[in-house]
Amino acid sequence: MMAQALRTPAVQAPVAAGARRRHFTPARIGIYVFLLGAALFFLLPLYVMIVTSLKGMDEIRAGAILALPVDWTLEPWRQAWSTVCTGASCEGIRGGFWNSVKITLPSTILPILIGAINGYALSFWRPRGANLLFGVLLAGAFIPVQVMIYPLVRLLAGAGIFGSLPAIVLVHLVFGMPVMTLLFRNYYASLPQELFHAARIDGGGFWRIFLHVVLPLSTPIVIVAAIMQVTGVWNDYILGLVFAGRDNLPMTVQLNNVINTTTGTRLYNVNMAATILTALVPLALYFFSGRWFVRGIAAGAVKG
Amino acid sequence: MANVHLRKLSITLGGKPIIRELDLQVEPGEFLVLLGPSGCGKSTLLHSIAGLIDATAGSIEIGGQDMTLADPSERGIGMVFQSYALYPTMTVKDNMSFGLKMAGTPKAEIARRVGRAAEMLQLDALLSRKPAQLSGGQRQRVAIGRALVREAGVFLFDEPLSNLDAKLRAELRRELKLLHARLGSTMIYVTHDQVEAMTLASRIVVMQGGEVQQIGTPAEVYERPANRFVAGFLGAPAMNFIDGEVDLHNRFGAGSLALALQEAMPTGAATLGVRPEHVHIDAHGPLHGSVTLVEPMGNHQVLWLDCGGHLLSAIVHGPAQYRAGQALRFGIDAARVSLFDPVGGGRL
Repeated sequence: MMAQALRTPAVQAPVAAGARRRHFTPARIGIYVFLLGAALFFLLPLYVMIVTSLKGMDEIRAGAILALPVDWTLEPWRQAWSTVCTGASCEGIRGGFWNSVKITLPSTILPILIGAINGYALSFWRPRGANLLFGVLLAGAFIPVQVMIYPLVRLLAGAGIFGSLPAIVLVHLVFGMPVMTLLFRNYYASLPQELFHAARIDGGGFWRIFLHVVLPLSTPIVIVAAIMQVTGVWNDYILGLVFAGRDNLPMTVQLNNVINTTTGTRLYNVNMAATILTALVPLALYFFSGRWFVRGIAAGAVKG
Repeated sequence: MANVHLRKLSITLGGKPIIRELDLQVEPGEFLVLLGPSGCGKSTLLHSIAGLIDATAGSIEIGGQDMTLADPSERGIGMVFQSYALYPTMTVKDNMSFGLKMAGTPKAEIARRVGRAAEMLQLDALLSRKPAQLSGGQRQRVAIGRALVREAGVFLFDEPLSNLDAKLRAELRRELKLLHARLGSTMIYVTHDQVEAMTLASRIVVMQGGEVQQIGTPAEVYERPANRFVAGFLGAPAMNFIDGEVDLHNRFGAGSLALALQEAMPTGAATLGVRPEHVHIDAHGPLHGSVTLVEPMGNHQVLWLDCGGHLLSAIVHGPAQYRAGQALRFGIDAARVSLFDPVGGGRL
């Protein structure tokens, strides 16, 4: 369904404009050359990674970095997933994968939920001091993470949850809050205020209006928020390293451990496979939701 | 059917006083229209009656009960908005029953009320559609239906027809009038459209700058405007205003334009207000002028006359042909003119 929806505009466009502009003008050729060059520039590293991950170490040492594998092998992928050493243990990065899933799921759902409630309260109920509160929240987004790490460590240690799953989720929740709130506030500001007034007259309270009227209208922005939060949390390194604790280290941290091993030979093919595995989740997310992402950003940009 | 009584109502928004100590009594079953230019505070007033904007001072009584601090849903009102404000994710039926569900109304009762409203507004065939699948007129009908099912004592309308095209507007206007006759509910209707105000209202409240300028039946407001603002706001083309003086013989004079007044007026400076339909082209008329512009309107023509430097519009019925530059004689119906204080603008 998604593929079909993606294809329709592309099919319609030439019907509308193609009849008149069939000729390749020099400008048009220039544009295509540039686009092709840009595409190659960004695809080449990915190509090298994939090709390398499918070769044995002997072929890699032979040096033809762009050549296709002579002996195709999935062994590096198997190693990366289940046997490569990530620091002390040698169980592959699958543990990191599941850790990242465990961190990402609550760190996506909670900030979206609370961000949506914040945005809803700020743009519809407008409590006293709402703008000040929002300003303070936004200011938080401009303070570098590094400044807050040590105080947060002390705070969480004081609360007795430092180095645990709840700690890292809480940290992601706090750091995600400004952007999530901004996103939802601006989206809700684009909804007509009269809709909210109608719901007030129909007798909805704070939660009922949120659940029955506002939330059903939020699908596009929830998807945008989910994409931002999932990629942000999944790609995070420093917060996971500091706050997650030894048992919950996310995939990015384990990947770093794999690649920065200083003992033995460098297994380039395994490193490449591990890197692709780590990047797979955000990559797949962008791939399948690009349309929503662009739409949500555009909606926020125009009406926010 | 319920009354609405506002006492010394003041509303301040963001530090700006919008409404100051306004008193208004709306009788049960009345169709009251709040009329004024945009920014006159009429919508703010309606929203405060609905409870969507808090009153800064004063009180609001609906159906004999003090509702100044009550929640919008507890005030016994139904409201229709300019932008329809239908819930986009719900069907027509769900839109209409949402409020009743929130109030915990039994299912059979919801079905009865929705059925009745749908029948009244010819929405039966549309009940399972989403708002996006409806035309503008249908959407506004659904919004009216959503207000109707509340079976409220007072219905509030906030420029409900402004988003519709001219033909639909006239059609829905007629339907609203019939609906009022059928239900007999109290209705308060905000508009800046004088045609809607004149056709629908049992009484019109003309507002400007947060203050009531005049309250009266459409005929009263049109025939005997309380001040120059009301006189100029109602009527198209607008009333002609001529600055001059009333002399000792109760005659109004301004240059070559003179008119014997029928009501006794104080002598001194005054502004004469004449509606275009009270300027009669008459070969034996006492005044003379020349035509500067002719605007054909189909069933009538608007002539713009230059009378000794004063520009006057006149409405002419009938097939007579006029052209720019033509000299002619005319008269003014002295019984229908208004005189205003040139300083304060009040009616003399």
